Amino acid sequence: MSDLLAARSQMGVSLAFHIVFAVVGIAMPVMMVVAERRWQVTGHAIYRDLAQRWARGTAILFAVGAVSGTVLSFELGLLWPGFMGLAGSIIGMPFSLEGFAFFTEAIFLGVYLYGWDRISPRAHLGAGVAVALSGAASGIFVVLANAWMNAPTGFELVGGRAVNVDPVAAMASPAAFPQALHMTLAAYAATGFAVAGIHALLLLKDPANAFHRRALEIALLVGAPAAVLQPISGDIAARHLARHQPVKLAAAEALFRTQQGAPLSLGGWPDVARRENRFALEIPRGLSLLAFHDPNARVQGLDAVPQDQWPSVPAVHLSFELMVALGTYLAVVAVWAGWLAWRRRDLAQQRWLMRAIALATPMGFIAVEAGWMVTELGRQPWVIYGVLRTRDAVTPMPGLIVPFLTFTLLYCFLGVIVCWLLYRQILRSPEIPEWRGFYMPGSGKRETGNETA
Amino acid sequence: MTLADLLAGIIFVALNMYALLGGADFGGGVWALLASGPRKQHQRELVAHAIGPVWEANHVWLILAVVLLFTCFPPAFARLGTLLHIPLSLVLIGIVLRGSAFTFWRYGGAEDEELRHWGVTFAIASLITPLLLGTTVGAIAAGAVGDGGRGMGDGFVATYVRPWLNPFTLSVGLFAVVAFAFLAAVYLTLEAEDRELRADFRARALGTGVALFGAAALALLLSGRYAPLVRNGLIFARWAIPLHGLTAAAAITALSALARGAWRVARIVAAIQVSLILWGWGLSQYPFLLPPDLTIADAAAPAATLRLALGAVALGALVLLPSLVYLFRIFKHGHPSSAIPHP
Repeated sequence: MSDLLAARSQMGVSLAFHIVFAVVGIAMPVMMVVAERRWQVTGHAIYRDLAQRWARGTAILFAVGAVSGTVLSFELGLLWPGFMGLAGSIIGMPFSLEGFAFFTEAIFLGVYLYGWDRISPRAHLGAGVAVALSGAASGIFVVLANAWMNAPTGFELVGGRAVNVDPVAAMASPAAFPQALHMTLAAYAATGFAVAGIHALLLLKDPANAFHRRALEIALLVGAPAAVLQPISGDIAARHLARHQPVKLAAAEALFRTQQGAPLSLGGWPDVARRENRFALEIPRGLSLLAFHDPNARVQGLDAVPQDQWPSVPAVHLSFELMVALGTYLAVVAVWAGWLAWRRRDLAQQRWLMRAIALATPMGFIAVEAGWMVTELGRQPWVIYGVLRTRDAVTPMPGLIVPFLTFTLLYCFLGVIVCWLLYRQILRSPEIPEWRGFYMPGSGKRETGNETA
Repeated sequence: MTLADLLAGIIFVALNMYALLGGADFGGGVWALLASGPRKQHQRELVAHAIGPVWEANHVWLILAVVLLFTCFPPAFARLGTLLHIPLSLVLIGIVLRGSAFTFWRYGGAEDEELRHWGVTFAIASLITPLLLGTTVGAIAAGAVGDGGRGMGDGFVATYVRPWLNPFTLSVGLFAVVAFAFLAAVYLTLEAEDRELRADFRARALGTGVALFGAAALALLLSGRYAPLVRNGLIFARWAIPLHGLTAAAAITALSALARGAWRVARIVAAIQVSLILWGWGLSQYPFLLPPDLTIADAAAPAATLRLALGAVALGALVLLPSLVYLFRIFKHGHPSSAIPHP
C-alpha cells in the first residue's frame, strides 16, 4: 500500500466513522427536544423517559463524535500539510465558525444532560433547542469547507501560493447551498429512520407497547419530511454538478461520451477500458432532462477531460446508484407512512409498514456514506478541484500504513462498543409494567388490555 | 502589535484556557488512577462528578486553538502536522480513549462491574495524553520543528522522532502532568463536600504544588542544552525577573491558601500560577511561532483572512462567554454536581 493510498484510506475511515456521529448529533437533539416538549405539555411521564433515554444516547454518541472530530481537525495537518498550507487561509473561516458552533453545542449539551433538576423546565428545553440549532450550524459550516474543495472560489493562484484571498467568497462557493441542504436533510432522514426502524422492529414483536409507539411517532416526525424533501435537494445538487463539476456527474452516471439528449443509466457496471456502462437500464434523454430540465441538453461526458483526471468510475457510479436507490426507498416509505397517518390509521398496527420501516433502519446511514463516496471519490484525483492534486498534498512522512491501521483498529473497537452500549442502555424496553400496554398516564388506565402481547 | 500578533495571542489564550480547564480534567483522571486510602471510591466519584458536565466544553478550547491556528497561520500548522506527526497522533488516540472511555463509564449503566474497566482506561489515557502533549510543546520550544521544517537532521528518526523524544521534551511532558494534577487537586478541594475527602485532595494539592517546583527546575536545567532560545528568554529578558517574581508569589500564595483552607483563593491563584508559566514560554519565543525560523509575521495568512478571523472570534465570544458563564454557574457554584438522572 503506497503512502498516498494509506493517507487517503485513513482520512476515509476517519470521515466515514465520524460522519455517523456527526449526523446523529444533528438530528438526535431535535427528537430529544420534541419529546421533552410533549412531556411538558401533556405531563405524560413516558415522554420524559423518552427524552432522557435519547439524551443518554446523545451523550454517548456526541462524545465519540467530539473526539473523532478532533482527530479529523488534526488529520488535516497530519496527513495533508500541502493542502492546509495552501487552503488554510481560504477555508479556515468555516472551520473556525464550526469551532464556535460546536463549542456552543458542547456547553448546552452539558447543561441539558446534567441540568434536569437544576434549572427551570423552560431553561432546560431552551438548552436542548440550543444544542439542536448549534449542531445543525456546525454541520453546515463543515460542509461549506468541503463545498469549496469541490468548487473552489475566492482566491487566485500565483506561483503555488494563494493571493487575493476572500474567505467570504470561498464560503459562498457554488457548491455550498446544494451540499449543505442535501447533507442537513440527510442527517434528519438517516437518524429519524434509524430510530424509527428500531422501534418499528420492536413494535412488530409488541405492537401495544406505548413506549415504542411514542418513540416511533417522534422519530418519523423528524425523519419522514426530510426523506420526502431529499429527492428535491438531490435534483438541485445534480444540476449544480452538471454545471460546476461535470466530471463527477459523468462518473456518477457512468457517461463516457459527451452527448445531447443523454440517457439516464440505472445500474450497470462501468467498463472503463471499453468506455461503456454494461448491463445498464437506459432511460432515453433522462439525464439531460434531470441535469438541465431539458431533454435535448448537452451533457459533458468523461471524454471531455484526459483519462488521468478521471476518478474511479465504477466506485463513484455504484456509490451514486446505491445512494439514490436507498434515498428513493426512504422517500417512498415516508410518503406511505404520511398517507396512513393522514388517514388517521394507527401506524403501529400496520404490519407491512412496520416491516418496511424496520428494513430502513440502516439505509439512511448507508446512503450518507455512499453519498460522501460520490463527493470525495468523484473529486479525485484532485483534493481541490482543478487546483491541487491529492498526491501533491500528502505528507512526506513515510510509513503511513501504521497510523492508518492503528486508527482503523481503534475505530472498529469503538464502533463495536458503542453499538453494544446503545443496545443495552437505550433500546431495551423500559421495565415499567404500565407501559407494556396502551398506557396513557393521567387517565390511569389502559386503552386496551392486551399487555401480554 | 500587529493583527497577526493579536491573533497569535488569542490562540495562546485558547491554549491557556485549555490548560486550565481541559488540563484539570486530565489531572482529575490522574487522581482517579491514583485514588487510594479508605475513601478511594469516593475520590473517583468526586472526580467523575466534577468532570461530567464540563469536560466536553473544556475540550473544545483545543479544537478552537487548532482551527484558529490553521486559519491564521497555515504554514505553521502544516509544519507541525508533518514533523510532530507521531506524538500528535498518539495524543489523538489518548484524547479518543479518554473521552469515550469516560462517557462509557458514566453512561454505560452505573451498576455494572465491567464498566469499571472504562474507568481504568479513562484514567490511564488521562495520564499519557498530557505527557505527550507536553513533549510537543517541548519540541516547539526547543526549536526542533524549525530549520525550514527539516526537524533535527536527515533520516526518519532525526526528522520525525528526535524532535519530540529527548530528555528536555520529556521533562516538559512531566511538567504538564504535574501541573494538571496540581490544578485538578486544587479545584477538587472546592468540589468536595465532606471534610475528609477535602483533606485528601488538599494533601494531593500540596504535594503536587511542591513537585511542580521540581519539575519546572528540571525542565529549566535541561533547556540549557536543548532549548537555548527559551532558556535565554526566561533568564535574560527584561520581563523575566518580574514574571518569575509573580509566578513565585502566586505559587507561595497558592500553597499557603491551601494550608489555611482558603479554597477559593487557592483555585484562583493556582490558575494564575500555571498561566504565568505558560505565558513565560510564549513570551520567551516571541516573535517566533516555530523557532528558530518561522515568525508570526512569516506564517500569517493574508490580512483579509486575519480580519475575518478576528471578527469570528468577537462574534463567537459574544455567544460563548455568556454561555460558559451560565454552564459554570449552574455546575461550579461551590456545591457539587448532582448525579446524572437514571431514567
